[in-house]
Amino acid sequence: MLMNRRSFAAASGLALAGPALGQFRVEISGVGATQVPIAIARFRDEDKTTQSLSTIIRADLERSGVFRNVEANQVLDEAAQPQMNEWRSRSADALVGGSVTRLADGRFDVRFKLWDVVKGKPLGGESNATMPADLRVAAHRIADVVYEKLTGDKGVFSTRIAYVTRSGKRYALRVDFADGLGGESVLNSNEPIISPAWSPDGQELAYVSFEDQKAIVFAQDVASGKRRKIASFRGSNSAPSWSPDGQSLVVTLSRDGGSQLYIVGRNGENPRRITNSQSIDTEGVFSPDGRFIYFVSDRSGGPQVYRVPVAGGAPERVSFTGSYNISPALSPDGRYLAYISRQNGAFKLYVSELSRPGAPQAITDSTDDESPSFAPNGKLIIYATRADGRDTLMTTTLDGKIKAKLESRFPDVREPVWGPFAR
Amino acid sequence: MNMSRLTLIAAVSAAFLAGCASGVKLDDKPAPVESRTPTTAGGGTGGSTSGSPSSKVASVDLTKGAVANELAKVVYFDYDSFVVKDEFRPVVEAQAKVLSADRSKKLSIEGHTDERGGSEYNLALGQKRAESVAKALKLLGVNDGQVEAVSFGKERPAVQGSDEAAWAKNRRAELNNR
Repeated sequence: MLMNRRSFAAASGLALAGPALGQFRVEISGVGATQVPIAIARFRDEDKTTQSLSTIIRADLERSGVFRNVEANQVLDEAAQPQMNEWRSRSADALVGGSVTRLADGRFDVRFKLWDVVKGKPLGGESNATMPADLRVAAHRIADVVYEKLTGDKGVFSTRIAYVTRSGKRYALRVDFADGLGGESVLNSNEPIISPAWSPDGQELAYVSFEDQKAIVFAQDVASGKRRKIASFRGSNSAPSWSPDGQSLVVTLSRDGGSQLYIVGRNGENPRRITNSQSIDTEGVFSPDGRFIYFVSDRSGGPQVYRVPVAGGAPERVSFTGSYNISPALSPDGRYLAYISRQNGAFKLYVSELSRPGAPQAITDSTDDESPSFAPNGKLIIYATRADGRDTLMTTTLDGKIKAKLESRFPDVREPVWGPFAR
Repeated sequence: MNMSRLTLIAAVSAAFLAGCASGVKLDDKPAPVESRTPTTAGGGTGGSTSGSPSSKVASVDLTKGAVANELAKVVYFDYDSFVVKDEFRPVVEAQAKVLSADRSKKLSIEGHTDERGGSEYNLALGQKRAESVAKALKLLGVNDGQVEAVSFGKERPAVQGSDEAAWAKNRRAELNNR
């Protein structure tokens, strides 16, 4: 369905005023998207805290592309007995209400309830004692529960993203929630930072830093800030990506000349070379089952996507359309490959289904796409692009029909990577 | 480019003298030997004739440190290429002479690309450019341990801009003392 953007934003109750430091604005650019109409009422007493939980939940569900917000500018708590006829007449299929109650120990009892309006019965609810600093996370977790109950898929609203910002000559590696808010920078530098990569347990980030006037791979514990060098060999060390068991990384090293792939232990020990060509081999990523490493090689002329068995064996080529294909990313179920393809000078995001050969399609209208990364539920991709002269982050459904843009206070945001589900 | 030998000597000498005098922007801080500080060379340096050949031939002592810092430090590349073009041979030769004369001298060769394309692939492309220059230096007698080839890919452009003029100035390898 086509929607006028302004009326859509108004109907969804998005808070566009206020000190929002980074917020996704949703653009629905495809017809025929069937969405679940859902009403999120204001939670009782949420206005007595620093966070408007219902606003966060509303924005999360909208950004997923699966839901369309129905206006519900009223308070409804979890103990209410809502009139289903009334909500049906407002075209809602689902309804959420809740409350936020201060406890004696300073925490908040956050409660919510989800109703199936069509069937006229509650679908579930929860009560959680929450520290004031965790109110945003609590809202994201409620959105995750609602999303899962109504779609059967796990929600990703309480997962985190990492990305690089640049402000003049200052670079920072930031970690935020999937809505681009509520986080902080984990590394500040006067030199470039590229290629962040989440460890599978979400505790660490590997990245490339130029602080020593060359490319060096670091790993950093996100909670403590403790960092260690993973690869600092002669020449350039880059493109880190973790194995699914978190015990090793694939990196690109030029220590033996050129750029070749090596597997190293999680502390950088025992480098084992796994490509052997005179060409550029880089951007290695493990397949989710750990059996293959997908990578970029220009051994056939221009850069193309290949994969090589981790246990050993010859690489096989995976991309065949066009002369320039880079930045492969695998969906968590291993079925889809996202990558960047240069077509007529434009760099565009492509998604192809690995088991289905055939001409892949671009899923964006932009011309400067980079760095695709799948959400851990496999339903969304975050990527970087250029719009209005600025680097911007976007999320998209795999078919490209629903996209959301991250409005950021930083002039340039790049290299996004989506973190795993919290354990 | 075909040049008679005399013209070539005159041209190279003119380039050195021109580097002292005007037009070529050089980092005006002397690069400390121990630490690795970034230096950027301005555009237009190279072995190409930047002044009219003089009828005088001046003698330049390459073993003096102050003059070595004013050597041409940048090699520019064509799109998607890592070949050191003939016009930059003198840059490489001059640096090779300095390093061969003093084995304690070291160079960091930093490869760069223009802004088009992905960060990691461009990092690898810049690495190829740096290694191409390193190879040329080693063929002229420089020891392997005197040079390290590294890359900044597209992360450190010398010139901002999204046209061919800017891109051409960013496709480069910088030869920096370390």
